[in-house]
Amino acid sequence: MEKLLVAQNVSKSFGEFKALNDVSIEVPKGSIFGLLGPNGAGKTTFIRIINQITMPDTGKVFLDGEALQPHHIQHIGYLPEERGLYKSMKVGEQALYLAQLKGLSKDEAKTKLKYWFDRLEIGDWWNKKIQELSKGMAQKIQFVVTVLHEPKLLIFDEPFSGFDPINANLIKDEILKLREDGATVIFSTHRMESVEEMCDHIALINKSNKILDGKLIDIKRAYKNNTYEVGLVAQNAEMVSTRLKEKFEVSPATFKTINDELQYKIQIPETASANDLVGYLATQGQLTHFVEVIPSANDIFIETVNNN
Amino acid sequence: MNHLQLIIKREYLTKVRNKSFIIMTFLSPVIMIGLFSLVGYLSQVNNDKVRIINVLDESSLFASQFEDTDNLKYNRLESLSLDQAKAKTEKSGDYGLLYIPKNENIDELAKSITFYSEDSPSLGTIGDIESAIRDKANTIKLNASNYDAEKIKELRVKVDTKLETFKGEETSKLGSGIKLVFGGAAGYLLFMFIIIYGNMIMRSVIEEKTSRIIEVIISSVKPIKLLLGKIIGTSLAGVTQFAAWVILLGVLSAIVPVVFGIDLTAIQEQQMEAMAQTQDSGLQSIVTDAILEIQKLPIANLVIMFLLFFVGGYLLYASLYAAIGAAVDSETDTQQFMLPLLMPLILAVYVGFFTVIDNPHGTVSQVFSYIPFTSPVVMLMRIPFGVPLWQQILSVVILFATFIGTVWFAAKIYRVGILMYGKKASYKELAKWLKY
Repeated sequence: MEKLLVAQNVSKSFGEFKALNDVSIEVPKGSIFGLLGPNGAGKTTFIRIINQITMPDTGKVFLDGEALQPHHIQHIGYLPEERGLYKSMKVGEQALYLAQLKGLSKDEAKTKLKYWFDRLEIGDWWNKKIQELSKGMAQKIQFVVTVLHEPKLLIFDEPFSGFDPINANLIKDEILKLREDGATVIFSTHRMESVEEMCDHIALINKSNKILDGKLIDIKRAYKNNTYEVGLVAQNAEMVSTRLKEKFEVSPATFKTINDELQYKIQIPETASANDLVGYLATQGQLTHFVEVIPSANDIFIETVNNN
Repeated sequence: MNHLQLIIKREYLTKVRNKSFIIMTFLSPVIMIGLFSLVGYLSQVNNDKVRIINVLDESSLFASQFEDTDNLKYNRLESLSLDQAKAKTEKSGDYGLLYIPKNENIDELAKSITFYSEDSPSLGTIGDIESAIRDKANTIKLNASNYDAEKIKELRVKVDTKLETFKGEETSKLGSGIKLVFGGAAGYLLFMFIIIYGNMIMRSVIEEKTSRIIEVIISSVKPIKLLLGKIIGTSLAGVTQFAAWVILLGVLSAIVPVVFGIDLTAIQEQQMEAMAQTQDSGLQSIVTDAILEIQKLPIANLVIMFLLFFVGGYLLYASLYAAIGAAVDSETDTQQFMLPLLMPLILAVYVGFFTVIDNPHGTVSQVFSYIPFTSPVVMLMRIPFGVPLWQQILSVVILFATFIGTVWFAAKIYRVGILMYGKKASYKELAKWLKY
């Protein structure tokens, strides 16, 4: 697949502290790419390097096949985690200013702003000052300003912070729509449910190093370990439970059902198949629940970071 | 429009539209003129009251010595005892009683004169009285020693040294004064400008940090462009404000006296008269002399150098103010950095007002007019006294070279500092930032 952004062996130090150590990341065109990692891992530094706010000590970054240059700024839309607007400036004036800094002409910017303001139903805020708006309202304006110049690459750092669930959903749909329209999105967040929902690729950075990356589905496949969650109604529960524990890796599980049953997570050897397990369980009692355990992004995050 | 223009425009418009900026622009001249008028009015009121001084002269020597003035009247008391005179003066509410006892010895007499009053009399009045008595006493003593007092007065020689440089330029003490006024005004103007608008730049940097807009902006423009745009935009706002002040001051000082009937020129005339008296020449000639002296000043040199030093000195300090703004999180944290910044500036003004006045071309004045942190103020004060061109150029070159250095330094601090939140910057920390 074609790559929009390629970072090759990027390293960056601040004095003694190494913020990024030889990080290489490839972001496929048209993907929503989750950039994950604990606090202080180096995500923000990496994002700032893409935005040419910070220069890498070594390594190269390519956008659409070209080494990063100042004019690429026009093709990137960046919503930083630490964000805000001039408090005493009027909404419209401010949006125009920021859009012009991104290279739009005044007329272009006006037309596009009108489109977006109408779309998000914030048209009547044009002459208000930012300090008169709530945090969520200001965030909406910030979002508009980020996407206004139709960048190829959008970078969102914690885009949903400060939004109520309704507006968060609205913004999520807008991001998905932007991707449909051809934009590539880099998405940095600690909210794993949004990663699960939106990202098709992820990279995990921990302590300045990239420790994992790839398609989310592939990663999940790699992380699943033939474990199944089962519910079994057995005549002689104690005997069945002992037998199971002798035969398999068994750990307790809890899930909600209407039956009074044994609940276990059972791991089977890689050579065995799910059918074998089902066949065996059927001989032991009434099988009420059988699900393959697929690791969540959250599980993968915690496991990888802890093992690192 | 390119980025720099956009930033300058925004910075300028935000400053100029700011409410407190507008209020200060209009209020400051009003307050200044107001205070000036008030002082004028009050001193008018003060002088309007005629003071009466009763004189009890038992010696009869000084009877004709005291001349009435507009607001001071001498009233001779005859054939009263001291106690009676005191009681009379106190009762009538007159300003005071001057008592001159009878004494053959003029020296002892001079020491035993007493002035009685309700409370401490004004020093000016006492001075007038004393000088009147001194004149008379001197004459009496001279006459007693068989000298002709009138003759001696006539024989007094007036000294008026003509000042001239080797190149044949005539100068005068009045000229020196005028040069001082020009140089001092230029230096002080720069000093005020740096402090007022340097602070404004610093606050605007801090504002961008605290409102967290900075990262959004510098993902679009280079920090150095933002820094330059900010400095230029704020300076233009400063120039606008200064221009508004000059115009408003001019208009107000023309209108206020007419409207309120306060004679401001009277105060100026008084000062001019005082000057004329020390110079022993008429008011008219002083004015023409002053104009002549001003015309003799190296105006072109002064204007060009004023612009160069003003721009260089202001930018030098402005970039440092911006760096401080970037290094801190709030205005309260700026203290530790402000002192080292203000010190050379204040030193420059002190050196300017004391050393340069004393000796414009002395070693101290010369040294400080090369040090780039003090040279704009000190050199501007020296130039009216005639500084060789090579010295001026050298000083400007040093200033601009240092300016490039500080801008580099400030840009480094700025670039790193604007993205540092919640970190208390120490000097050690700043040194590290230079290496990032």
